[in-house]
Amino acid sequence: MGNVPSAVKHCLSYQQLLREHLWIGDSVAGALDPAQISVLINLHCFQPYVSGFSVSLAGSVASIHWETSQLSGLPEFVKIVEVGPRDGLQNEKVIVPTDIKIEFINRLSQTGLSVIEVTSFVSSRWVPQMADHTEVMKGIHQYPGVRYPVLTPNLQGFHRAVAAGATEISVFGAASESFSKKNINCSIEESMGKFEEVVKSARHMNIPARGYVSCALGCPYEGIITPQKVTEVSKRLYSMGCYEISLGDTIGVGTPGSMKRMLESVMKEIPLGALAVHCHDTYGQALANILTALQMGINVVDSAVSGLGGCPYAKGASGNVATEDLIYMLNGLGLNTGVNLYKVMEAGDFICKAVNKTTNSKVAQASFNA
Amino acid sequence: MAAMTKALPRRLVGLASLRAVSTSSMDTLPKQVKIVEVGPRDGLQNEKNIVSTPVKIKLIDMLSEAGLSVIEATSFVSPKWVPQMADHAEVLKGIQKFPGITYPVLIPNLKGFEAAVAAGAKEVSIFGAASELFTKKNINCSIEESFQRFDAILKAAQSANISVRGYVSCVLGCPYEGKISPAKVAEVTKKFYSMGCYEISLGDTIGVGTPGIMKDMLSAVMQEVPPAALAVHCHDTYGQALANTLMALQMGVSVVDSSVAGLGGCPYAQGASGNLATEDLVYMLEGLGIHTGVNLQKLLEAGNFICQALNRKTSSKVAQATCKL
Repeated sequence: MGNVPSAVKHCLSYQQLLREHLWIGDSVAGALDPAQISVLINLHCFQPYVSGFSVSLAGSVASIHWETSQLSGLPEFVKIVEVGPRDGLQNEKVIVPTDIKIEFINRLSQTGLSVIEVTSFVSSRWVPQMADHTEVMKGIHQYPGVRYPVLTPNLQGFHRAVAAGATEISVFGAASESFSKKNINCSIEESMGKFEEVVKSARHMNIPARGYVSCALGCPYEGIITPQKVTEVSKRLYSMGCYEISLGDTIGVGTPGSMKRMLESVMKEIPLGALAVHCHDTYGQALANILTALQMGINVVDSAVSGLGGCPYAKGASGNVATEDLIYMLNGLGLNTGVNLYKVMEAGDFICKAVNKTTNSKVAQASFNA
Repeated sequence: MAAMTKALPRRLVGLASLRAVSTSSMDTLPKQVKIVEVGPRDGLQNEKNIVSTPVKIKLIDMLSEAGLSVIEATSFVSPKWVPQMADHAEVLKGIQKFPGITYPVLIPNLKGFEAAVAAGAKEVSIFGAASELFTKKNINCSIEESFQRFDAILKAAQSANISVRGYVSCVLGCPYEGKISPAKVAEVTKKFYSMGCYEISLGDTIGVGTPGIMKDMLSAVMQEVPPAALAVHCHDTYGQALANTLMALQMGVSVVDSSVAGLGGCPYAQGASGNLATEDLVYMLEGLGIHTGVNLQKLLEAGNFICQALNRKTSSKVAQATCKL
């Protein structure tokens, strides 16, 4: 930006930006309803445009010309798996009260998200944040068309989850021996044995199971992880019955090249439709890595509203990629997600206030200006 | 809420046949990328706290030692408009000029050009825009009139053997006009190139762009200007900068602007971030095996230094991850 004086603050046509840059527009979820428009008006950044704003915006949303660029080779629909309530909150220091968690998940259920990972049936000794797993599972409103998977590290957790009403579960493996040992105190092989018990029981009860592979692009203990190892572990999880495998860049060290190499290897053994990516933004690489995955045909992406959850391996570092920023990119690419970005931003605002932290989402920062 | 499956009208492209193109595009990434470090100018210009001349000089010296080959040092604009850059002549005279490194300076007009040359500048940058309204609000004239001004500068620069870099703002969106057509960007870029700019930096001034829009814009521009003469300057206001930069690299661009520590907020959205952080860019390029010549460790030190001087936290994720709290 040339000699723009820093005294030039707000631009004059935010409503044009909204109309034309689609980050607010989700014509799939329908035009903004009057309630949303009035909330928009209340946001700081729209105050200069209050008069006549609702009329112009409602009219213009109805006539949005969907002229986005369809990047060749990208999937038409991307499923977002929202992990904020579990992966996100799990890594937040402040323990969130049960009723707040429930309210948070209920809000997320109304955004168009079709999968929301609710909680984790682990021992509260290990993960105090998830101690109220049963109450949360029982307390949330289960909206039709939305799935609410929960993490179950072992058979005991699985049975508790089912008793609490869970209808989908996840198991967490790793592509690194050291990580597996330090995280769940057993080797990869031993962990596969445990997961097999869980997944088989789940299948027996017609409960779908999702598999996660941590450290897919690097390990905090071992460093480099070979694509072959990731493939091997993914294949194990897939063949034991997991319907989808989420490949996680646990410490966010991956870059588009390592993402591509890893996916090329895994895609030789597992069908594209059964794969997802779970990128952490610790080194700012998440969206670039996700773009790479999309270009390779992946169409399921995990993210956490507001980028909740720090990285436990690097103090002060960020963790999950923010759902808002992901949706912004997907909307701009003309990809269908079914999710209303604006409602996600509201849910993000809610949880950030509850946890007393500033959002990690750039889209939210730019919109709910400080 | 059930997932929406309503089909949207969209341009039909032969998706299946083009998938091979998109995956192999990673193989056509440039082997090396020139990073143009704009922290001392674009970065500091948008920081509220005024930084002293010695601090600016030290920052630039540290960046030189980090291996960057182009460091935009300052801006010869009136201090009335940009107080942060009031010490432009002192900065340019005070920095160490390492061999092999260029230190371009921004100039808004002929007067600024002359002052820059008098202070020892060997390279200058001029700033245009792909938006009429932005140009009017920024430099109080139309795009056509701005070209006339620039032409005078370019002629003078040519006589003095001084290289000129052109910037085009608002290439993926304008804070006043909204949507900007790729054809307009191509037109402005072509004009700059034909007037004599050796390189044109295409700026997503408000960071609204996403990879598809970046691709469309570059496709249009590359029909008029060779890729080797192009650079991208992505802002991270909506977190899209690195993804947009990756797309540009896939399209054959090999020059990228960035700012150490992601200095510089966005003047159009309070509280929002601005420039892409050089550290995060270098991290990605190194991971891709692309040569940059930059020593990340030294770069982190420079970022740490300026953030302390500005009393602010870094906007670089790499810096946040590697610093110990």
